Amino acid sequence: MTVLSLAIAVTLACFALAIVLATLRVLRGPTAQDRVLALDFVYLNAMLIVLVLGIEHASSMYFEAALLMALFGFVSSTALAKFLLRGEVIE
Amino acid sequence: MSATTLSEALVAVLLLASGVLSLIAALGLLRLRDFFQRMHAPALATTFGTWCAALAAIVYFSTLGSQPALRAVLLVVLLAITAPVTTTLLARATLFRQRAAALLEREPEAPGSDRSA
Repeated sequence: MTVLSLAIAVTLACFALAIVLATLRVLRGPTAQDRVLALDFVYLNAMLIVLVLGIEHASSMYFEAALLMALFGFVSSTALAKFLLRGEVIE
Repeated sequence: MSATTLSEALVAVLLLASGVLSLIAALGLLRLRDFFQRMHAPALATTFGTWCAALAAIVYFSTLGSQPALRAVLLVVLLAITAPVTTTLLARATLFRQRAAALLEREPEAPGSDRSA
């Protein structure tokens, strides 16, 4: 086991733990805004996991998936925030 | 120590930094008291953590393919554009909702108030 594969394993564990902690905030969060913020963070961490998996498998195919996840995370978080602001997404 | 070993060590350090920063952000998201305090925590992962992971990808694929692979910069630029938009919208939504709730609490049956949100 090289240094790099060990570091990748530890990093993936860190991201997974971060997702678990953010999920606790989603479940607990007193207001809807807290839940949207935590879901956005979960999306970001999933994107980072995909990026690190691309390094682990030495494949550049993962990068496009990470880019798409960043884009969809932005769109969904913005739509949810707009819904919280006005009660509808597109007006 | 060859160049490959050095770059692998650099990639490992950057990845570990990214993971630790993300973990700190998650802890802040869980432990901070107020929503406006909690909003600050994920920015750590959005900016610094993503920078570290993207730099790791750049270094790794550049040494793998013998030519600079700068595509991961695209990810950082995309997040730098989109993250403030989401944060600002959420902050505005929170301010609006808190104000509406306070108004509703003061005058439960205000005439002409159509604050259904």
